[in-house]
Amino acid sequence: MKSVIGLEVHVELKTKSKMFCGCPADYFGKKPNTHTCPVCLGLPGALPVPNKTAIQWCVMLGLALNCKIPLTSKFDRKNYFYPDLPKGYQISQYDEPFCLKGSLKLDNGKVIKIRRVHMEEDTGKLIHATVGNEDVSLIDLNRSGVPLVEIVTEPDFDNSKDVKEYLQKLQQIVRYLAISDADMEKGDMRLEPNISISKDGSLPSYKVEVKNINSFRFAEKAIDYEIKRQLEILKNNETPIQETRGWDEKKQKTVSQRTKEEASDYRYFPEPDIPPIRWTQKQLEGFRKQIPELPHFKVQKYENELKIKVSDAIRVSENIEVAQFFEKTVKIGSKHNVSPQSVANFLLNKGVNTSNITPAELIKTIISTSTYATIDNSKIKKAVEKVLRENPKALNDLRVGKTQTLQFLIGKTMAEIKEKIDTKIIIEEINRQTK
Amino acid sequence: MKINVKHVAKLANLPISKEEEKKLESQLSEILDYVEKLNSVITKGVEITSQITGLENVVREDKTESCLTQKEALSNAKNTHDGLYKVKKIL
Ligand SMILES: [Zn+2]
Repeated sequence: MKSVIGLEVHVELKTKSKMFCGCPADYFGKKPNTHTCPVCLGLPGALPVPNKTAIQWCVMLGLALNCKIPLTSKFDRKNYFYPDLPKGYQISQYDEPFCLKGSLKLDNGKVIKIRRVHMEEDTGKLIHATVGNEDVSLIDLNRSGVPLVEIVTEPDFDNSKDVKEYLQKLQQIVRYLAISDADMEKGDMRLEPNISISKDGSLPSYKVEVKNINSFRFAEKAIDYEIKRQLEILKNNETPIQETRGWDEKKQKTVSQRTKEEASDYRYFPEPDIPPIRWTQKQLEGFRKQIPELPHFKVQKYENELKIKVSDAIRVSENIEVAQFFEKTVKIGSKHNVSPQSVANFLLNKGVNTSNITPAELIKTIISTSTYATIDNSKIKKAVEKVLRENPKALNDLRVGKTQTLQFLIGKTMAEIKEKIDTKIIIEEINRQTK
Repeated sequence: MKINVKHVAKLANLPISKEEEKKLESQLSEILDYVEKLNSVITKGVEITSQITGLENVVREDKTESCLTQKEALSNAKNTHDGLYKVKKIL
């Protein structure tokens, strides 16, 4: 018995305008049906023209996921009827997507194959409500036509932990490329795992798709629940039915959803309104150059070249702004004998807000605070003993509560040690000896 | 060619009567048979294409343009509520 899990992830791009028209793509919190035009309302005679930036971002994501980029590509119509889809079809890509055959490597070395990365448009938003005595569905088409990229994996996962890691890595890459905020709660990133269980290692005859997952944690829970549910069915020598289920967070389980249409019958055909896209090698090279150094390269570089702990390397490269700040600081630090590890320590443990400080300022702070602590305790102990012995009056003042003499004693001790050390350590030692 | 008219009608979201079903079945079959004639054309050496305009790479810059007003957007709708399109409850 082995779980077989594949993933479809939709990422909404943060372009200024929609995929095929000039309406603003930003719909969050906007008045309903104020960001529409004949194209995204699906009015007859409207002509969709693809957004150049959206297409480039889709290809860049494909490249970042090690995909092959075919030199020609086209759009297709995916036909189905649903009130959130005003045209009666969604412009998507069927047999000639922008990106094919990529991969993403997990920390345990396992490689998840990516089948395709393609471009499509989002649908409108449905709100189910009761108006008067009537149960109705209300539609806001501000989201209709917002650029969406779909990333489809092969069914290479066999547990929910790997799925979660894949999703986190994918989200991180998308954010590094700055093509989407990939915020699950806002719906920028949506996932649909399909889950089945193989008895003998071969691909099962059914699969169950799970929807309504809006956090990584839900994804983990929904997959674990589904595996358990299907194992139960298989134990009774039955086969789970192929269906779409939704994750119900309240009930902590997946529930069967009625299927929209005969899902397989989308009657795809080439979009006649949009001529094909053809790339030159030079253009693709240009896109490749625009891709920043990605997190897994950074982790490797930090670990091997800068000699910092792997766990710290991973944390420092979590987001690209922090990583870039770290690199600049390390560069300045190298001229002042500040090691990359101490920069990492400072960044990770002192809650540095990288937007309020420059790398040079951070190095200054590190130098002024980090040269102590290397002195051994016996030296401090001796110095404090000597200072207290030689300054009986100050010692007496301190004992009767004149705390200002503490500063005087600290100064004396510092002078004795002749090195800059953390005053906290001196205070502790004085307290110990005067108790 | 036998056609499942009920299925096609469902996909097209069209309500059809029993009589229409019969009539459409023969009509659709005839159309398919007619289109099938294309198979007799010799296409050796002809490149597969889904576009015949010869155009390529027709794209637009990522710039926003003005939209319809909410009133304009909803002006063709049968039913609306609070700036939204209103339809019979689905799902
Ligand atoms: Zn529009």
